[in-house]
Amino acid sequence: MKGKARPWISWMAAAAVMLAWMAGPKTLFGAEPYKIGGVFSITGSSSFLGDPEKKSLEMAVDEINARGGIDGRPVEAVIYDTEGDPTKAVLAVNKLISKDNVLAIIGPSLTPTTLAVIPIVERVQVPLISCAAGIQIVEPVKPYVFKTAQSDVLAVATIYKHMQKHGIKKIGILSVTNAFGVSGRDQLVKQAPEYGITIVKEEAYGANDTDMTAQLTKIKGENPDAVVCWGTNPGPAVVAKNMRQLGLTFPLYQSHGVASPKFIELAGEAAEGIRLPTGKILVADLLPDSDPQKVVLTAYITEYNKRYGGGVSGFGGYAYDAMQILAKALQGTGGDKAKIRDNLEKISNHVGISGIFNMTPQDHNGLGPEAFVMVEIRNGTWKLVD
Amino acid sequence: MGEFLQFLFTGVTTGAIYGLIALGFNVLYNATDLVNFAQGEWVMLGGLLFYSLGVSLGWPMVAAFAIAVLLVALLGLLLERAALRPVKKPEPITLIIITVGASIFLRGVAMRLWGKDPYSVPPITASVEPVRLWGAALMPQSLWILGVVVVLMTGLHLFTKRTLTGKAMEACAIHRNAAWILGIPSERMILLAFALSAALGAVGGVIIAPITMPSYDMGTMLGLKGFCAAMLGGLGSHWGAALGGVLLGVLESLGVGYFSSGIKDAIAFLVLLIILIVRPSGLLGASAVKRF
Repeated sequence: MKGKARPWISWMAAAAVMLAWMAGPKTLFGAEPYKIGGVFSITGSSSFLGDPEKKSLEMAVDEINARGGIDGRPVEAVIYDTEGDPTKAVLAVNKLISKDNVLAIIGPSLTPTTLAVIPIVERVQVPLISCAAGIQIVEPVKPYVFKTAQSDVLAVATIYKHMQKHGIKKIGILSVTNAFGVSGRDQLVKQAPEYGITIVKEEAYGANDTDMTAQLTKIKGENPDAVVCWGTNPGPAVVAKNMRQLGLTFPLYQSHGVASPKFIELAGEAAEGIRLPTGKILVADLLPDSDPQKVVLTAYITEYNKRYGGGVSGFGGYAYDAMQILAKALQGTGGDKAKIRDNLEKISNHVGISGIFNMTPQDHNGLGPEAFVMVEIRNGTWKLVD
Repeated sequence: MGEFLQFLFTGVTTGAIYGLIALGFNVLYNATDLVNFAQGEWVMLGGLLFYSLGVSLGWPMVAAFAIAVLLVALLGLLLERAALRPVKKPEPITLIIITVGASIFLRGVAMRLWGKDPYSVPPITASVEPVRLWGAALMPQSLWILGVVVVLMTGLHLFTKRTLTGKAMEACAIHRNAAWILGIPSERMILLAFALSAALGAVGGVIIAPITMPSYDMGTMLGLKGFCAAMLGGLGSHWGAALGGVLLGVLESLGVGYFSSGIKDAIAFLVLLIILIVRPSGLLGASAVKRF
């Protein structure tokens, strides 16, 4: 009996919270609010993505309402937690569409959860702006699906451009054997010919491996000009240390997956001289004043730190950008979903956190190569490099 | 030549880690006939506690080492008292499944306490300059690991073969009731075995921390590899654990070096399968599987 009573309590609590929430903006503006849905992996193993995304979405909504809303109508966000689980993401999206009657959905946070909900939003024709990185989300283009996170396509392009400029022609690849590493490896292989780069050796390692000297020894045997490592902590730090240990002197490029101070801490001295692509948020204070994103980034970082007491990351920016873009697309539509979709496709020159968005019917991500900058680790900190 | 030697060094280093974990499996198995699948979690907890005490709180390394190992040993006792002792019908399969559950539980708790990020721990010797031999490089920390494994192994061997407590522990494993009739406090022996094997795991965790960078999820794979090493060498044999560990490490590293880096983990489990089929008692294990 007890076990049955519990869900009711939580439902009632949820309903009460929702009622209280809905009452707020209405009395404030007196106009019917535009309802937006949010689905993020707020808890669970990928909470490092979902949590800042939820916070940033709430922040963006408050900012829009403080400006007077959209066409005089306030925005209201209904946010659910997917826990990183595709099944829960599907349930949440169904609830947003059928019960909450949202005009558009922001999220989910992960590529698998996004792919799970795409068939639903396509069928009922509700615009979705995903915060996940996977290129499969917008390629091939689906009419109602957009995304704001940078794809690894751009990260690879940024690395290769840097290599081309510095005369690096032969490279070795060392990637982790999970979805992140495989997708990075595929892009590295696919784009190499465009930049006149040959991959002389391709190696892999397990996410929890403790020693990569065997793989590096094999790569060394092919005399590459540089090596690219594609993974998330702690593997890339082990690779950096192992390279020092073997006395390898060719440059090491890492992916944007380790673009955080944590990597410098883990790799320690071995981090010196490593080059990697990163979103501009990590190096906002280093950007020249002429950079169009600088103002937006500084404002976002200041506001986020003020509201939540630190912990700013690039991930929250995906949801923040999605909401700001959606706010632009909502203007003058009166809440017509097909019109919102059409407007999303016309977004141009939107300066956001992740980059400058120029959506087209062929490109539902809209980011250009300027979304990433190359940095090098020097004296334990990031330094912009050309 | 240099290439082969490098693969060999890599293999011996990782192999020593596997061997150290296998030792922990053996101590418990020798006293209780039980395989504890939470063994890898002791390694993880040892490493993370060492980080918290030695790096976060800034204790002297020796104190941090001792307290981390002691805490994990206490957790080992707690596991026996709280989770295994109360079982009404202590069938081996029930107990093993409990240890699997304990492993998942400990990992969850560690994720809550330490978060998902790995941590950086400084090496024992300040020098990061590798030792170079014939074109191959060996890190000083690897030498430390090898040294610790040899010392622990010799110590354990002397303990079980030369001391009364060690012999009493072994007697408990052979026949608990008979040992009890002869006046051996078998319950205390089992507790000792749990504490000792947890402590061994923790020592492993501390000593490998500078290389692996401890994180909440490092224990499972290391535990499984250690189990493979113990099986390969012969469950219960201390020399077997070391031999099995090094052999497994070298096979993995040569597999990566001369075949493909994708098959590294497959090698460990392939070896385990072959051993289970061809020689279930392991390379150095007693040929009779039944011990009494």
